[in-house]
Amino acid sequence: MSLHRLALRLRPTVKHARCLHTSGSIQQQEAVAAEPEPESLSVFRTQEKDPACHSEKHIGHFYTLPPAHVRPLFPNSLPWRYQQQTKTFNETCIMVRQPALEVISYLKKADYSQPAVRYLFYGLRGSGKTMSLCHALHYCYAQGWLVLHVPDAHQWVKNCKELLPSSYSSSRFDQPLQATTWLRNFKVTNEPFLSKIKTKERYMWTKRESTEAGSPLGELVDQGISRVKSSSDVVGAVMKELRLQSGQQGAGFHLVVAVDGVNALWGRSTIKKEDKTAVDPEELTLVYNLRKLMRNDWSGGAIITTLSQTGSLYAPKSAYLPQELLGERGFDSMDAFVPVSVPNYSEKEFESCYLYYMDRNWLQHPLSRTEEGKKELIFLSNRNPSVLERLCGFL
Amino acid sequence: WCSLIQSLSKPSCNSVMMLFSHFQLLIFPELEMNKIFESVCFFFFLVSINFFNHPLSFWSLYTIIHDRFRSIAYLFPSGLFEKKARPFMKHPDEVFPKQRAVQWGPDGRPFHFLFYTGKQSYYSLMHELYAKVLNIEKHQDRLRAKGLFSAEPKQISLGTSRWLTKEELEATLVETISSHDYDRFIQLMERMLSMPYSSLEEEFILRYRQQLEAQSMHQIVPPLQKDEKGVDFSTAEGKRKTSRSSVVVRDCGSGRITINGEDYLHYFPVLQDREQLMFPLQFAGVLGRFDLEATVSGGGRSSQAGALRLAISKALLSFLSETEGEAMRQAGLLTPDPRVRERKKPGQEGARRKFTWKKR
Repeated sequence: MSLHRLALRLRPTVKHARCLHTSGSIQQQEAVAAEPEPESLSVFRTQEKDPACHSEKHIGHFYTLPPAHVRPLFPNSLPWRYQQQTKTFNETCIMVRQPALEVISYLKKADYSQPAVRYLFYGLRGSGKTMSLCHALHYCYAQGWLVLHVPDAHQWVKNCKELLPSSYSSSRFDQPLQATTWLRNFKVTNEPFLSKIKTKERYMWTKRESTEAGSPLGELVDQGISRVKSSSDVVGAVMKELRLQSGQQGAGFHLVVAVDGVNALWGRSTIKKEDKTAVDPEELTLVYNLRKLMRNDWSGGAIITTLSQTGSLYAPKSAYLPQELLGERGFDSMDAFVPVSVPNYSEKEFESCYLYYMDRNWLQHPLSRTEEGKKELIFLSNRNPSVLERLCGFL
Repeated sequence: WCSLIQSLSKPSCNSVMMLFSHFQLLIFPELEMNKIFESVCFFFFLVSINFFNHPLSFWSLYTIIHDRFRSIAYLFPSGLFEKKARPFMKHPDEVFPKQRAVQWGPDGRPFHFLFYTGKQSYYSLMHELYAKVLNIEKHQDRLRAKGLFSAEPKQISLGTSRWLTKEELEATLVETISSHDYDRFIQLMERMLSMPYSSLEEEFILRYRQQLEAQSMHQIVPPLQKDEKGVDFSTAEGKRKTSRSSVVVRDCGSGRITINGEDYLHYFPVLQDREQLMFPLQFAGVLGRFDLEATVSGGGRSSQAGALRLAISKALLSFLSETEGEAMRQAGLLTPDPRVRERKKPGQEGARRKFTWKKR
């Protein structure tokens, strides 16, 4: 509440400037003098663009991702509604929240000679797990890590238009379309690394085509993009290379594996074989290789994942805990992980979000700008981020 | 008589008295209808006393007169769907409509002198009324002659009452009258009322006045209770269509709402239902103040939301003032919605929808 009063006091008069980083303590006197930076006086924003510098003081504040980072890091891999929002508001703003900060602090302190630690974001539907993942990912990218981002693992186990029997192993199935899309995104994200990393093994694609050991990773990726039929195997090869190389001494890069909707890897799939029997996710090459990555037998990086009920198959709507969504097999495979709970907005975070929408002129309805309107919004959304976003969408 | 009644064990026909009256006709065919009715009333009276004040514990449970219907339904179970076709026990006056007794003797000569007017009870009433008017005037003249005529004598206290309507008058007289006759009757009654000494015939006048029902049922405000931690709370119930709900409203200060143990965001994913829950709180302006704990069952999602809304409004009454409660009543928050599903009729596809009309 006091944040809102502060905003009301600040808004009409420009004279009362505030130093943003000290906005943690609200009980300050109204300082008449002091002309610090004539910047935007938003209490809910922070100018700190580097996730490494985010700390407890910034909880509840929005920070803008620099456009130079957004295009490579998230080529079509942000949630759909959020992408629309960024287009409308002309900026990519993420709220700094406690779960993401926790994971970033663990990442800072982790020992990278040990096997990779697995972090799992879990929470109710629409509570901000994917956005926390994106925040943590931005930190890794800003630190110069190699990002292996699977935006939604559920896309790999459903709505498959083309299913080919795998060339590598006869019991498995290939998904060329999904693999090529992923390879394209991977290329955009990790441009600088593609020429630096060299493959250690030789891969035979057909009798005539092969990739020699020692060739740059970029060549491997291009091979996968151009030869659609073998793209799933290329994905497997890329993952294997990165897994082998990341822990080595002379590697020079850290690897972060970010998977959204990791419960898809151990759930069921809706893809059917020609004889109408269901395909087990294990029989899909992409899923099989990704599962190998999820095992923490490699070092020099981290695995950050989220659970997702929204896209999941055959999971009840009320399930949100790791045991329920991962199932027995998944839970056993992911066994030693760090669970991070993502709750709904707290009061301060809700205030912040509300002020952000007001600032962007997103709340057009006159009543929504009043105290009463805010109370109604709190009631109707119960401070759930996605519900609030949908609600404000038509106001 | 008594042996006949006692020998009757549980008959299983439509109406207990009808059976008995049939039974009577069989044994005593020459008895007239009113004699039969008398015996039926007598039987009813006896049964009411014996069945329901029986010293044996099995029936002593049903000593209260209201439970008469439930005990009949228990003793004579019926599988019929139509409620009016099941066995019932009512006073004969409620079952058989009032009929006029035969109005002429065995020689064909009518009993009443006004029989040939056609509306004998109406005209006899008018004659009686006029006689009373004349009586009052005579009394007034006598008092004036004696000099005891007071300007303000005791008036009849009518209170909130109205004259009997034409239908009610017809029911008392057991014959039809025209609206012209009714107007005449009311005119004469008004004339009698306007006379200063009309209190002489107070009893007669009041017989033809109907008390107006008490104004709208006053809302029963649920009592405000305190639990162990000193927090005020109140409970109320609400219903809509087939849903029944019960809500406990606590004055905690947080805005948490639990329905059947689940968070309300999960129980009502649709915005419309949450808006229904919000309506009473927002109307009273107490959005973030109360903590709600609700249980609801039956019906669909919309009717459950409506039942909860009614329960919340009722429970809120104990926290609000009179004027605010009145405002809520006028807003329609305290009125249970009487709409229920209309029955499907035979010959139609639904309640209103008819079958497709084919020209040939």
